[in-house]
Formats: sequence, C-alpha cells, structure tokens
Amino acid sequence: MDFWISQLFNGVSYGALLFLLAGGLSLIFGMMRIVNMTHGSYYLLGGYVALTVIWRTGSFALAVVLGALTISLVGIAEWNAFLKRLSGQELGQVLTTMGFALIFQDLALVLWGGDPYTISVPAALSGSLVVGQLYFPVYRIFIVVVAVAVALVLWLTLEWTRIGAMIRATVDDPEMARGVGINVYLISMMVFALGATLAALAGVVAGGFVGVYPGADFEILPYAFVVVIVGGMGSLKGALIGSLMVGLLDNFGKALFPELSYFTLFAPMAAILAVRPTGLFGRA
Amino acid sequence: MLEVRDIHTYYGDSHVLQGVSLSMSRGQVVGILGRNGMGKTTLIRSIIGFTSPRRGRVVFKDRDITAWPSNRAVALGLGLVPQGRRVFPSLTVMENLEVAVKADRGPWTVPRVLELFPRLRERGAHRAGKLSGGEQQMLAIARALMTNPELLLMDEPTEGLAPLLVREVGRVIQSLKAEGLSILLVEQNLPLALRVADHVHVLSRGRVVHSSAPDALWRNEEIKARYLGL
Repeated sequence: MDFWISQLFNGVSYGALLFLLAGGLSLIFGMMRIVNMTHGSYYLLGGYVALTVIWRTGSFALAVVLGALTISLVGIAEWNAFLKRLSGQELGQVLTTMGFALIFQDLALVLWGGDPYTISVPAALSGSLVVGQLYFPVYRIFIVVVAVAVALVLWLTLEWTRIGAMIRATVDDPEMARGVGINVYLISMMVFALGATLAALAGVVAGGFVGVYPGADFEILPYAFVVVIVGGMGSLKGALIGSLMVGLLDNFGKALFPELSYFTLFAPMAAILAVRPTGLFGRA
Repeated sequence: MLEVRDIHTYYGDSHVLQGVSLSMSRGQVVGILGRNGMGKTTLIRSIIGFTSPRRGRVVFKDRDITAWPSNRAVALGLGLVPQGRRVFPSLTVMENLEVAVKADRGPWTVPRVLELFPRLRERGAHRAGKLSGGEQQMLAIARALMTNPELLLMDEPTEGLAPLLVREVGRVIQSLKAEGLSILLVEQNLPLALRVADHVHVLSRGRVVHSSAPDALWRNEEIKARYLGL
C-alpha cells in the first residue's frame, strides 16, 4: 500500500512539472500550429539562468523570477525575428525551432559546461512531510501547488476575461479573428511569450528536483509532446489531464516494468489516438 | 468610399479574379451577383485582406489597404459577415460579441445589437456552436456590427436559411441601410438583392460582366439567363 501511495504522489508531482511545460506548448500548438521544438530549450535555459542567479545572489525567489523573465524575452525575440514570418509553413517552423534548440543546447554547454547541477532550494522547501511510514518531500508538494496555481490563473484568464476570449477565438478561427479586428500577431506573441515563460518556470522548478544538466531539454520534450497530443492541442483541460496521465504512467511504468518504460508511455498514447485522433479534449 | 481597381487574386496557381474594378460611395448598398465559383467570395476576401490581390489596388477611405492585415482594415472601418457565418463555436454568444474590437466611432454597443436581434439575448450564455443556422447568421451580423463598421461586407447572409429567416435578414439589411450604413452585399437570392441594392454588379469567371441599377438588371433577360441561370 505504501508503495502505491508514494508512487502515486511521485507520479502526480512529475505530472505537475509536465503541466508547467506542456500547458504553454499546447496553447502555442493549438493557436499558431507551431510545432515548437525550442520549447525544451526554454526549460533548459530557464534552469541554467536560475542556477546562475542563485550562485550570484543566493535567492531562490529571484532565480525563479529572473529565469522566467529572461526566457520570455528569448521567446519574444525568436518569435518576432523568425516564427511570425513562417505562419502556416510547418516544415519551416520545425526546422527553425529545431535549429534554435540545437544552438541553445550548445550555447548552454559553452556557458555552463557539461556537469550536472542541482538548484539549491530554500530551507522552507526542503525536508519531508512524514505521515506514518511515508515520506513526502516538501519540494514536490511545492511543485504541485505551483502547478495548481498556474492552472487556476490560466483557466480564469482564458475563460473569464476578454483577452482570454480573444485567445480562444483565435484558436477557433485565426483568420476570422482578424476579420473582427483582433490583432492576431500581438495575441500570438503574447501566448508564445507566456509559453516560454512557463517552460522556463518548469525548468527552474525542475532544477531543484531532477537537476539541470546537458540533454535535459531533449529528454523532456517528448513527454511534453505526448501530453499535448494525448490531451488535445490548444486545450488547457487536455494539458492538465494529459500531464497527470503521462506523469502517472511514466512513474508506474518505470517502477513496475522498468525495461518497458517508453512502451508504457507511448502505447497508451497510440491507443488514445486510435480512438480519438484529436486527443482527449482536442478539436478537429 | 471604396474603390477596387483592377484586382487580380490567385489561390495558388489558380487565377480567380481577373481584373475586377468597382467603386461605391458612402451610404450605398451595392449587390454582387453571379453563380457559384465565379469569384464573389474571393472578391470579399480580397477586400478584407484574407487573400490579398497580387495585382491591382483596394482603396478604402482614401487609404490603400491592399496588403493590410485584416485587423487593420477592420480598425479603419470595414466590417465582415463572412460566408458560412464563422461564429467562434467555443465562445458563448456574448463572448462572440465582446471579442470584436470596438472602434470609438459609431453607435453599436452590446445592448443595441441585442435590440436588433432579441433572439441573441435569450441565447447569451450558450456556446455559439450550438446555435441554429439562423441564429448563427444573426450572431455573425451582430458581431460585425460590434466593430462599428462604416462599410459592411456581407457574403451570402441568407445562404441556407428558411424563407422566414431570409425575410428577417432582408429586414435587418433594410434597417441598416436606412441608418446610412454602406453595404457590399454578395447574394444568391436575386429578389432580395434587387430589393435592397442601389447598384448591382454581375461577376462571371472572375470579371465584372454587367453593372447597372437593379431594375435594369431585372429587365435584362439575356444577362439573367446567361450569368444568373434564370
């Protein structure tokens, strides 16, 4: 029983991390149809920037803020300089974003070297909550709380504000959104920046959990894409459910059938796509 | 207020509009007639900026808007009721009205468009995708009015509607005209178009083949038989 509860908790907390990464990816995917291969790089760079801030200042809070902010600027620059010219050209987008992912990967190697690091977390977030025989690391609880807060803010913004309605209108029909006067370029840039920010936030948070190391970007990117594909492009609810599913599947898969780990992740994805080609909450 | 000068519009290699010119002045209702596939919708798309012409110019309120993104053209005073309604299905009726970007000019507000379309008030909290075809058409018109246009582009607003609703749309167009709104109306329903328009153009194979007052077209059996299938 203890095994199941603690694995369940691990799965949920990994799912929470995935949601931070995949929520923005899903919006970008659903709204602009951009398959953003750079999304993993934002995650990686966010972690590294935070690491540097921690080294210089010792402040975890400042590291979170500066990590997310810096990467949002990187995202805005990339979108403005390249991606907005490539709307509707999937191949060009994939190649461009893949190229950036490789550049950022090498840049990180040059700037931060090849050693793995862990972001040191404040004392208040370290240690464990002990319940009977079970240990729940406080930091993992913190990740779940952050993900829930982000999900709540995103949901309130998307469903209950005018700007949220404009974003949903653009997901529904970008051409017609322009036809009612919505500045789709501006909205797209904002969503892209938001996605980059959340990915960087995920990277910072993950830095105190799984660490920051070369290759973390391409390691986690497939997970984020599985979440988006399973949940349905452009759906926040889909990203949330998909993240939890992938987090749990991955965790239980690795715990119970370690030799099958990728299989336990991708087989359910294939099954879901066979039944619902647009994902659980996606639209055609 | 609108001048279309010799525009050529393509979809890929297909040369759809082959030199269309027309002009209209403030307060006018101009009808665009013609059979399916003759370029009527492409003309609307070219003016609003969904598919910009490769050659020729679109001039609106003395500004060359040919290559403008649609949202800029809307900000300048174009409004669009597109073919197939294209309401935002996942938004509620009220949200469909609220996302339209309002200009400072003009009289249209949410309460006022709901006065024009009382049905929409009852449906305010419904998802637009769940509305009937007629209600979606009303919503598409209401949404376009929310941008407070000076020139409204309407692409087959009666398509697929029951006769009673066709009359309703006709009444709305008449009342908008009475308020002085300029309307470029693409319409398959000839009696309706002839009743509301001040001037009509007939399109065939991407060219204007006939332009006249509505009653002159009504009397011209040859044009009607050749280009409108009557």
